[in-house]
Amino acid sequence: MNSQPLLSKSGRIIVCVAIALLLAVTPFLPDFYVTLLGKIMCFAICALAMDLIWGYTGILSLGHGLFFALGGYAMGMYLMRQIGRDGVYKNDLPDFMVFLDWKELPWHWTGSEYFVWALFLTVAVPGLLAFLFGYFAFRSRIKGVYFSIITQALTFAAMLLFFRNETGFGGNNGFTDFKRILDIPIATPSMRITLCVITGLTLIAFYLVAKYIVQSKYGRVLQAIRDAESRVLFTGYNTLWYKLSIWTISAMMCGVAGALYVPQVGIINPGEMSPAASIEIAIWAAVGGRATLIGPIIGAFFVNGAKSWFTVAFPEFWLYFLGALFIAVTLFLPQGIMGLVRKLSGARQGSEK
Amino acid sequence: MTQLPRRGALKALATAALAAALPFSAAQAAEPIKVGVLHSLSGTMAISETVLKDVALMAIEEINAKGGVLGRKLEPVVVDPASNWPLFAEKARQLISKDKVAVTFGCWTSVSRKSVLPVFEELNNLLFYPVQYEGEELSKNVFYTGAAPNQQAIPAVEYLMSKDGGSAKRWVLLGTDYVYPRTTNKILRSFLKSKGVAEADIMEEYTPFGHSDYQTIIAKIKKFASEGKKTAVVSTINGDSNVPFYKELGNQGLKATDVPVVAFSVGEEELRGVDTKPLVGHLAAWNYFMSLKNPANAEFTKKWAAYAKAKGIAGHKDKPLTNDPMEATYIGIYMWKQAVEKAKSTDTDKVIAAMAGQTFKAPSGFTAKMDERNHHLHKPVFIGEIKADGQFNIVWKTPGPVRANPWSPFIPGNDKKKDVPDGKTVI
Amino acid sequence: MILKIRHSQAAIKQLRLLFAAIGLMFCSFAAQALTQAQALAISVGENDDRVAALTQALATPDPALSRLIDALLDDTAKVVSGKVLIVTSDKTTDAATGQETTAPDNAEDIVNNNRLRRELESAKAALGLFSDNVETRTAAITELRASADEKKLPLIDRALAQESDVALQARLQQLRAAMLIASSDRNKRLEAATALASSSQPTVKSLLQGRLAAGVETDPEVRAALTTALRNIESRLAWGERLGVVFSGLSLGSILFLVALGLAICYGLMGVINMAHGELMMIGAYATYVVQNAFRQHFPAAFDYYILAAIPVAFAVSALVGAALERTVIRWLYGRPLETLLATWGISLMLIQLMRTIFGAQNVPVENPSWLSGGWEVLSNLTLPYNRIAIVFFAFMVLILVYVLINKTRLGLFVRGVTQNRTMASCMGVNTARIDMYAFALGSGIAGLAGCALSQIGNVGPDLGQGYIVDSFMVVVLGGVGQLAGTVYAGLGLGVLNKLLEGWTGAVLAKIIVLVFIVVFIQRRPQGIFALKGRSAES
Repeated sequence: MNSQPLLSKSGRIIVCVAIALLLAVTPFLPDFYVTLLGKIMCFAICALAMDLIWGYTGILSLGHGLFFALGGYAMGMYLMRQIGRDGVYKNDLPDFMVFLDWKELPWHWTGSEYFVWALFLTVAVPGLLAFLFGYFAFRSRIKGVYFSIITQALTFAAMLLFFRNETGFGGNNGFTDFKRILDIPIATPSMRITLCVITGLTLIAFYLVAKYIVQSKYGRVLQAIRDAESRVLFTGYNTLWYKLSIWTISAMMCGVAGALYVPQVGIINPGEMSPAASIEIAIWAAVGGRATLIGPIIGAFFVNGAKSWFTVAFPEFWLYFLGALFIAVTLFLPQGIMGLVRKLSGARQGSEK
Repeated sequence: MTQLPRRGALKALATAALAAALPFSAAQAAEPIKVGVLHSLSGTMAISETVLKDVALMAIEEINAKGGVLGRKLEPVVVDPASNWPLFAEKARQLISKDKVAVTFGCWTSVSRKSVLPVFEELNNLLFYPVQYEGEELSKNVFYTGAAPNQQAIPAVEYLMSKDGGSAKRWVLLGTDYVYPRTTNKILRSFLKSKGVAEADIMEEYTPFGHSDYQTIIAKIKKFASEGKKTAVVSTINGDSNVPFYKELGNQGLKATDVPVVAFSVGEEELRGVDTKPLVGHLAAWNYFMSLKNPANAEFTKKWAAYAKAKGIAGHKDKPLTNDPMEATYIGIYMWKQAVEKAKSTDTDKVIAAMAGQTFKAPSGFTAKMDERNHHLHKPVFIGEIKADGQFNIVWKTPGPVRANPWSPFIPGNDKKKDVPDGKTVI
Repeated sequence: MILKIRHSQAAIKQLRLLFAAIGLMFCSFAAQALTQAQALAISVGENDDRVAALTQALATPDPALSRLIDALLDDTAKVVSGKVLIVTSDKTTDAATGQETTAPDNAEDIVNNNRLRRELESAKAALGLFSDNVETRTAAITELRASADEKKLPLIDRALAQESDVALQARLQQLRAAMLIASSDRNKRLEAATALASSSQPTVKSLLQGRLAAGVETDPEVRAALTTALRNIESRLAWGERLGVVFSGLSLGSILFLVALGLAICYGLMGVINMAHGELMMIGAYATYVVQNAFRQHFPAAFDYYILAAIPVAFAVSALVGAALERTVIRWLYGRPLETLLATWGISLMLIQLMRTIFGAQNVPVENPSWLSGGWEVLSNLTLPYNRIAIVFFAFMVLILVYVLINKTRLGLFVRGVTQNRTMASCMGVNTARIDMYAFALGSGIAGLAGCALSQIGNVGPDLGQGYIVDSFMVVVLGGVGQLAGTVYAGLGLGVLNKLLEGWTGAVLAKIIVLVFIVVFIQRRPQGIFALKGRSAES
């Protein structure tokens, strides 16, 4: 099974072109588009992660925003420490702690001044949470809608927790006003381009990883679980570990996306954990086309691009367009944009014959 | 709106500048000046912010009808950041770097302002922020036309302590759990202590965003109020939660004559959604009330009513209401216009310099003045009691405009703070 | 720095002060009826002078004073050229003489702040003590409880001498005791302390606490009596608090199950995750608003009963919208529950924006009818708001109706059949497509009813539904899908749990704990409290 090459010849060319484009074009994009592109690519990573768990394993998570936000908070803690004494209160502690009259860093901020530790937390925290939650959920055979709803409960509870000022993550305001990353000023065009390129490369790398996963035997089992879990069980596979591992991997990918997102948009706050934000991730995947890897990426670009344009072009009416788009996609394009592409190219090939 | 008479010195300066800049501005006459309007039109904050967009558009239309600014028309660019804080930052960047706006009027929540602040500072553009807020911030690129805590919270508490306010001795500080209530309550707590109120006589309570069940909280307030001397409630409950709070308050029979509630986020617009009969006598502190009687306000409310009718603004076309943030938006736009005219340019730094000391005959009936140093307005403070028709009886006011104190002296360490934004040159 | 608002210019104020002074002199000479000067002194001027004038006038009660106080409290009193007028919608009278006149346009409104309103209410109560009507006297005594101070002692004594009703006599004695507790005569204090032991007023509690503070009451015997009295009152008050928690839990619980009931039907029957459920509630609430406005405009006399008309309208509108959605969108998505989620999410976005376009982004006012305003004072520290009581009843009524519909009618039989085994029901000749539509419309209609109920306690705005959608999902999942009984237990259980926790931990933590509890509970019982048993439920 693994004898199949990871990418077809045309696939390899496309990936190379994507990398080349990213490196060549990003530096010349207008300032505003660089941040927008970077942000959407972070979302695309989330959509990809969502696709692995939903499109390929058949588990719909309505809580992926939580993992995204946790990754973001892990990076945000580091960025807050990087502000140093340049904050409003000229204190070693982050401003919001000074404001709450805290005299020292709470325990969970230990080590947050080290970039490496931040990187570790970025994957470890979402991974660990996903592992624990997933272990108990999958062990009790929670499935389908039940699983979706309790992931929603989880992210909602986390959102309320992070809203609390006592939790130590800046409450409703979250983290903002970052100054530096790795001691380099963050609010400069060159830093934005760098971050955007890194995000792009990460996206491509994750795409390749995902491609490898779904083509492997492991990936085949996942798809079998999606289609008929009982049969996979009867064949002697312990589906718990398959589901749990892909669930954890997916959560970690979201964490990385969150970590890349925060320095680019310059804010992380509990709003990212709202149930609506998580639903949106699922929507990107669905619009692009589930169970294809390129689909969710296209979906993320399409929906967010549309949103970005609509909110300026039709500020009063954009929700109608967005709502109608979701309905139309689910009704008429059950396979998403990729399904449409396949149908069109199939039709053309058919007519050419 | 009539042009204000400027002070002699300014006038001389302006005349000199006019002579120098005349050919330049004439060449540009055709090109409109773009103005950003950054208020949420969807999502949770749409309830409060939509109307600020409308009032901004009204002011822009008015200015255009009178020939624009520097002979150029203003062209509003309205975007919808959808109550999503990162989207605020993205839209701000878009307005500045793509649409090339000269100034932006926008934001309501503190977090949205914090989110866009780095963008305005990096790209050196201007934001006018029209809402009362917690202070503890001063940016060279922001003009704060809403109230700082000393222009709203502290006078309100002082009033409640007075004989006319009911000589309150015990205090419930009730708010939604976010930075504005937290900071305000921190300031108030320290203020109350300085007035000799004991720790045991202060109760602080927070509820989550969108909280809608106030049964337990009201029961707690009742209990607290029954345990001692005269009690008053200071409410910093945000937006949407106010209606369930006030309905519960009314129905549980807590009258303003027993336990008065003073609110800093409840105005005419918030009361639109409430049956106000049980709430008569509860208080609000603002820098403007719709019920103020003076010619400037009569004109402002009349214009708004006509505009809302003409544009068919839902809700306002049948029952036009004005409130404090609307007034602050309106003042902000006119002050910016005056500053641009004085600077003869829309260049950020020149406008910032020209903003210092600008005055405007505000609908509050007083002349609002932009402080020369700290980017906040000098505004009067009014305290109103809710009437049965949803308007306010003004029961107290300051004799004149009060200077803003963004760094409250009741927060330790603030005495060392500079009252001027970093990087600003004071003339 | 700080100035009190003067009613008008300084010169006029001087004049008024003069008037007030004259008024005060007047009443000491010929204190027969309310004079114009007196009325003016009570109505305008410095607050201190107005209070003094009011106290002075109270010494000689007369009907005109009573009328003036009522008018001041109702904001119907106006002042013009030294005269106080009472302006109601049908006529204008002179406050002092009672003669009808006309109100000139320049009549100024009188501004009363809380302090004055408190004084006026207390004055009204003092006058009410001598009313012929028992109810008025009872209300007066209740009012005076809040403002018991020694100055009013002669008043109470006089009322006590006149009072014929035994129950009211006892209450007056209580009031008297509360006033005497600070007397300089030790025996009077002791007597008062003993008398107060039978009270159940929070105000008395704080009074006793004040007396018991170090150094206030020194006599040991009186102190002992005070302590006993305090303990008695506290145990009585504790009951009120406990009942209060139970009721608030019940109230929240009934709201939760009302909002979840419709969702449970749609979901249980068709496996449809309806993210637009909250928006159907919102439509119900807006329908209530529209009905309210229609009543206000066309049948102002029957305004208090608009809510009765709003209930069926809210049901019908939401049910129609639901049926339309089912026909146009949801029908095509059966068997794809997770995709329904996306489509209904899209629908919810559109419905929210639609309401913003039609009614504006701000909340719309929905008034409680007068019979739903206020509350029932069960105990002195426990007031149950009528609207919440009504909603508890309403929720149970809806539950009973749904129960009957599902279990006793032919439609219900079909619905149950389709829920249990769709294919089999279809084979037996049930038109499942039609049943789906009816069931979806029913679920949506119940959402509309929930919206109608919510309009009585909270906001009516475009975001109304968003606030409840997560909660209602939790209730459905916790209760067990397709189980009405489960929904009820889960709703009530979560409501009471939430309120119990809220007392300890505050609202934010309580909510977090409840959510974590749900997550853990589902781990233990993946199918909710009541799981469907049997093979059909597996798939």
